[in-house]
Amino acid sequence: MGDKENKDRYEEALESLENIAEQFYEQLDDGEVPSMDIPTRSKTNIELDRRKGVWKLGDSTTNRSANNLKSSRMLLRTLYMLELIQDMIEEGKSSTLREMYYISEGWDKAQFSKQNQSDSLAEDMELVTGALREDFKLRPEEDGARLIGDITVEEVNRKGDVRTINCRDDVGDSGYTIPYNVESDKVNFSDVNVDFMIAIETGGMFDRLVENGFDEQANALLVHLKGQPARATRRVIKRLSEEKDVPVVVFTDADPWSFRIFASVAYGAINTAYLSEYLATPTAEYVGITASDIMSYDLPTDKLSKNDRKALEQELEDPRFDTDFWKEEIETMLDIDKKAEQQALAKYGLDYVTDTYLPEKLGEMGLM
Amino acid sequence: MASIAEKLADKQQEISVGEFFERNKHILGFDSLTKALVTTVKEGVDNSLDACEEAEILPEIKVEIEEVGDREYKVAIEDNGPGIVKRKVPEVFGKLLYGSRFHEISQSRGQQGIGVSAVVMYGQLTTGKPTKVRSKINEKDYANEMKITLDTKKNEPEVLNEEVVLWEGKEHGMRFETTVKGLLRRGKHSVFEYLKNTAIVNPHAKIEFDRDGDKTVFKRATDQLPEKPEAVMPHLKGIELGTLAKMAKNADRRTLKSFLKNEFSRISYSKAEEICEEADIDPKTNPSDLEVEDHKDILNAAEEVKLMSPKTDCLSPIKGMLIKKGLKNVLKGNHPEYYAPPTTRDPNVYSGNPFQVEVGLVYGGELEKEGPVKVLRFANRVPLLYKKGGCATTTAIKNIDWRIYDLDQKGGKGMPSGPAVILIHVASTRVPFTSEAKEAIADIPEVIDEIEKGLRECARSLRTHLNKEKKRKKVKKKFTVVNDILPMIAKKSAEIIGEEPPELDRSLTKIMGVVYIEEESSWEDGRCKMEIEIMNYTPKERDMELFFEKPYPETELLSSNVEPDHEGDHLEWKIEDLEPSETRTFSIEFDGDLEKDDLDGTDIYIEGVGETKLIGAEPLPEDWDIELTDIEEED
Ligand SMILES: Nc1ncnc2c1ncn2[C@@H]1O[C@H](COP(=O)(O)OP(=O)(O)O)[C@@H](O)[C@H]1O
Repeated sequence: MGDKENKDRYEEALESLENIAEQFYEQLDDGEVPSMDIPTRSKTNIELDRRKGVWKLGDSTTNRSANNLKSSRMLLRTLYMLELIQDMIEEGKSSTLREMYYISEGWDKAQFSKQNQSDSLAEDMELVTGALREDFKLRPEEDGARLIGDITVEEVNRKGDVRTINCRDDVGDSGYTIPYNVESDKVNFSDVNVDFMIAIETGGMFDRLVENGFDEQANALLVHLKGQPARATRRVIKRLSEEKDVPVVVFTDADPWSFRIFASVAYGAINTAYLSEYLATPTAEYVGITASDIMSYDLPTDKLSKNDRKALEQELEDPRFDTDFWKEEIETMLDIDKKAEQQALAKYGLDYVTDTYLPEKLGEMGLM
Repeated sequence: MASIAEKLADKQQEISVGEFFERNKHILGFDSLTKALVTTVKEGVDNSLDACEEAEILPEIKVEIEEVGDREYKVAIEDNGPGIVKRKVPEVFGKLLYGSRFHEISQSRGQQGIGVSAVVMYGQLTTGKPTKVRSKINEKDYANEMKITLDTKKNEPEVLNEEVVLWEGKEHGMRFETTVKGLLRRGKHSVFEYLKNTAIVNPHAKIEFDRDGDKTVFKRATDQLPEKPEAVMPHLKGIELGTLAKMAKNADRRTLKSFLKNEFSRISYSKAEEICEEADIDPKTNPSDLEVEDHKDILNAAEEVKLMSPKTDCLSPIKGMLIKKGLKNVLKGNHPEYYAPPTTRDPNVYSGNPFQVEVGLVYGGELEKEGPVKVLRFANRVPLLYKKGGCATTTAIKNIDWRIYDLDQKGGKGMPSGPAVILIHVASTRVPFTSEAKEAIADIPEVIDEIEKGLRECARSLRTHLNKEKKRKKVKKKFTVVNDILPMIAKKSAEIIGEEPPELDRSLTKIMGVVYIEEESSWEDGRCKMEIEIMNYTPKERDMELFFEKPYPETELLSSNVEPDHEGDHLEWKIEDLEPSETRTFSIEFDGDLEKDDLDGTDIYIEGVGETKLIGAEPLPEDWDIELTDIEEED
C-alpha cells in the first residue's frame, strides 16, 4: 500500500472524470448537444442484491443535456468541478464539500446557488465514474464518529508518518476519532482483540458505556453512530466486519427513525444506494431497544406522534424491512403506540444497562 | 329608415314634424344631452364619409366643437367631399327624410340615422339658431353659403340668407355649423370615442377633432379606398310589409308579374308566376291596385316558393390588413403585444338579407388588464356606442368559453376579462337592429353564429400567440445556454483534454430550433430608425421573405442597408441562403411625420418559415396577396 497504489487510485479517478470532458468535447465536435446519462437516485430505482444482501441502485438513468438552461449549467459545473479535482490531485490537497461550494463562487455561470447542489453533483460524479468522492479529494466537513475498545489502528498522518494507536489505551475518554478517509491508504487495523462491536446511536449512551467500562467488561468495541452515521463510520464498521470478522450489533432508541439508522448500517441507504456494496454490513444485528423490550423491561415511554406512525407504516412497505423480525417489531410498536429512548433504561439505575440489559440481550445472541 | 319614414308619412297629415320629432326623440338619438351631441356629430360625419366614398375621394374630415353657453355648443363639420349642388342644399338640410333611399338597398352608413336635417331641427328647437351650410362643388367655382331653418309645420326648408363666398384652400367639400344644446363628455359615450372608433374602421379617412382648441388628429393609415358597396334590389324574402306596400303603390310596372321580376332581386318571370299562383293573385293585376291582404299573401307565398338566395357580393367589408391598420392607428399608444389576424367571414344571409361579419382582436401590452375586455361594435362602419348589453355581439362573446383560449372568464360564462380589445363589424344591406333607435344588433341566430365563428378564429390565433410567447420565453432562456453556457462548456472541455475549442454552430442550432426575429426602433423628430435582426437558429440553410408594413401611405423610406425587392405600402426583402446560426440585419430609416409609437415589431411578417419555428414575427397574413396583385395590376 505504497505511494504508487495511491497515485493509481487518484489517477484512475481522474481518468474517468476526464472521460466526461472528452465526451462533451466529442459531442460538440459532432454537432450534437452535449449530454450525459446519470443513474437515477430514487426509491423507485433501488433493488436488492440477494447475494450480498444489500440494496443497490437499479438500472434506470436520467439524461442531463445542454438543451435547457438548468441542466446545461449542471454540465458546465461538472467541468469546473472536474478541473478543481484535477488541480487538487496535482497539488496533493483536498477540500471539504463546503469549501468546494465556496470555491464555486469564482466559477462565473457555473457557480452553485446552494450547497446541496454541489454535494449532490459530487455524488453524481461518483455514480458516473464509479470512483468515491474521497478519490476526488472531497470530504464532508463533519468529523467522523468515535471508537473505544481494544483494537489497534495504523493511521497515516498529515506528514505521511504512520501512527499506531490503540483505541483503548492510547486515547482519552472520547475515544479515537474516525477520519473522513478510512481507506487502506489512510487507515488500517493491525491488532483486533474484541469479540464484537456495538454501534450506539446516541452520545449519551456511548458515554454511559464508556464510563461503566463496558468495552473491557464485554470485550467489545464501542462505536458511536452519531445519529444517521456518516459514510466513514459505516465504512469502518464494514471493514472491521469483513476484514477482521468482528460481529456487529446495533443499539439504538426504540422508534421508527432509529430503525432506519439500523437499516442504513445493515442494508444501505437510498441516497447512497450505489455505495451499498461498499458501505453496508448485512450481517449486522439489531440488539435493541425493541418494541418488545419496552414491555418486558417496562420502560418509560412517549406516545407515538402522527409522523412516527406514518414512518412506521412506510417501513411496512419498505423492501428493506420485509423480514419477520421487523414486521413483528413494527406492528408491535404500532399496537402499543409507544416509543422509548435508550436512556430510559436509567429508570433502574445507571449500571442497569451494562449489568443487566445488555448482558441479557447479548447473551441471547451468544455474544456474552 | 323605411319604417320611420312610413310612420312619418302616415302621420304627416295629422301632426307636424316638430311634434313628431318631440315624440320620437329617443329613436332619433336626441333623448339625452350627451347623446344629442354625439348624434349631431355622427349624422354629419357619416354623411361626409358616405359622400366621399361615393365620389371616390379620400376623406378628410374636421369636427369642431366649441362651448358657447351653458350646455350650448357650436358644432362644425367639414369635409372634402363632392359638395351638394346649391338647389339641393335646402332640401338636404331643411326637410326631414329628404334623402332616404327606398328602392336602392345598399350597405351604407346613412341607414343608421334620420338624416342631417334632424340635426338642423334639433338645433333650432333647442337654441333657436339656424344652421349655416357651405358647399363647394368645383375647384374653380365659388362656394355657396346659406343659413337654413326648418318649417316644422310643413316640413319645408326656409333659407334665411344666401351668399356666394370664396372658399380658399378647398377644392370641393361641405361645411355646416349648427348650435345645439348638449353636454360634452369624455368616456364611453363621448364624441371622442365615436370619432376614435370611426377612425378604426375607416383607416382611409383622416379625421380631425378640435374641442375648444384642443386638437386630436387621427391620421390616414391607408390610401386604399373601400370598395364601393353595390346597390341591389331588395329580396322579397327579407322585406317588411310596409315597404312592399309602398313599393307596390309607387311601381312603374303595370303587372304584378313584371313588378316582381324587375323590382326584386333573384326573381325570374317563371318564379314570379309561381309566386302569383301560390298567392292566388292574377299575375296581370296592376301592382298599385293590390290590397293589404294581397301584400300579405305575396309575402307568405315568397316563403313557400323556393327563391334563390340574395346576392351577397354587394357588401364591402373592411378586410383584415386594413382592420389591423385601423386598430393600430388608434391603439398604438398602448403598445399592444399582439394583433390577431382579423377575420372577414364569408357573406351569409338572414331572412333574405345579405350580411357579413368581421372580427379583430388586440391583446396585451399596456391595454387595461383589469375588468372585462373592451368591445368595439360597428354596423356598416359606424360605431355603436349604446345598448351593449342587448346586442348580438355581446351574446356571441358570452356564448364562448374563453378560458380555452387563455383569457380569464369567471366560470366560463359572461364577458371575458383581461388586456384585450375585440372589434366586431357587421355589414349588411339591412343591419338587423333591435329597435328603430339602431343602437344594437338583434339576436338573429345566423348573425350570432357568424360573429361567434369570427371570434373563435381570432381567439385561436390569440391562443397560438400566447403559446408562442411561452416558447419565446423558453427560447430567450436558451439564449443564455447558447451564448454563455455552451461556449464555456466547449472551452472548458477542450482545456481539460488539451484541444482547441470545437465549432459550436451545429450544436447550437439543435438546441434552439427556431428562426428568431428581434427588432429595435428609435425615434427622433418624425424620423424612425428600425433594426431588424433575423437569426437562423435551425440546423438548415433557409430562404425566406421579410415584409414590413409601413404605418402610413406617406411614410417614406429614407435609407435601408439592404435594397428592398419591393417598395409600396409595404417593404419586401428576399432573404436567400441564411446559414445555420447566421444573423442578417436590416437597418431601415423612415421619414414622414412619424410619431414615437408608429413603428413596432407587430408590423414585421415572414414568409417561408413554418409558424411553429418562427419566433418574434408573424407569418404573412392570407389577405396580403390581394394587395400584391393590386399593385401588379397598377404597374
Ligand atoms: N357632406 C355631404 N356631402 C355631399 N352630399 C351630402 C352630404 N351630406 C348629405 N349629402 C347628400 O344628402 C343626402 C341626404 O342626406 P341625409 O338627409 O343625411 O340622409 P341619408 O344620409 O340617410 O341619405 C345624402 O344621401 C347625400 O346625397
